[in-house]
Amino acid sequence: MPTSIPLDYYLILSAVLFVTGVVGVITRRNAIIIFMSIELMLNAVNLSMVSFSAFSGDIAGQMFVFFIMAVAAAEAAVGLAIVLALFRKRQTIYVDEINVMKW
Amino acid sequence: MSDFNIQVLLFAIFAIGAVATALLTITRRNPVSSAMNLVAHFFMLSGLYLTLHAQFVAAVQVLVYAGAIMVLVVFVIMLLNLGREQQAAETGSMLRNVTGAAIALVFVLMLTLTFVGKPTGLNVLPQKAIEIGTVESIGQSLFTEYLFPFEAVSLLLLAALIGAVVIARRHNPS
Repeated sequence: MPTSIPLDYYLILSAVLFVTGVVGVITRRNAIIIFMSIELMLNAVNLSMVSFSAFSGDIAGQMFVFFIMAVAAAEAAVGLAIVLALFRKRQTIYVDEINVMKW
Repeated sequence: MSDFNIQVLLFAIFAIGAVATALLTITRRNPVSSAMNLVAHFFMLSGLYLTLHAQFVAAVQVLVYAGAIMVLVVFVIMLLNLGREQQAAETGSMLRNVTGAAIALVFVLMLTLTFVGKPTGLNVLPQKAIEIGTVESIGQSLFTEYLFPFEAVSLLLLAALIGAVVIARRHNPS
């Protein structure tokens, strides 16, 4: 039996990366950097999916990662289009200056 | 050097690299350097996928994330062309930073308690892990068991494509 890095280490790493993404979303004001933090979180989840998949010998986890990547690509296209449209209208991408939908 | 030592070394390099580039991504003032760090982060994750024998996912990670998505992000950053004064306007508010730090602390505590108290006990990669990560096996199940979601995703991508064009289009007042 080949020894390897335990699953726990991958999960801890994935959780640390996820928290980094959460902190990025909370502390930053720039919409594009918030968007990149969301990508960080998606990738952290992908990492735990792949590690579970590899350690349980089941392909389902890696299929999920494939679909998550497709959805992330769609999200990137639409999200950045929204940022672009917003910038054209308001000349800003700082989320606390965009408050028309806040009450 | 034994096989296990090489694995530990690779994991350490990629894990530390991934955490460092993630932290740089969320702390850089300039969005372009954030984006470059995120590209490096995706390469580190790709390396981690390779340590798990997930070759297909590792390749797609580089192609889709580091290639397509990040090009789009950098393209939008260039298109917005933020002035110097707008970059300088990014100042952290106290409340936001304290909330961020508190959340990070709570999560790290939760993690430590979960994994230190109850390890999963999965310390050995099964032999099957090497077989399922290949392009052949992924393609095999993508076109049999997962055919319907695969086709549905193509529809989703088409919808996103059209949606992005419609949203980002310049509206003529005529």
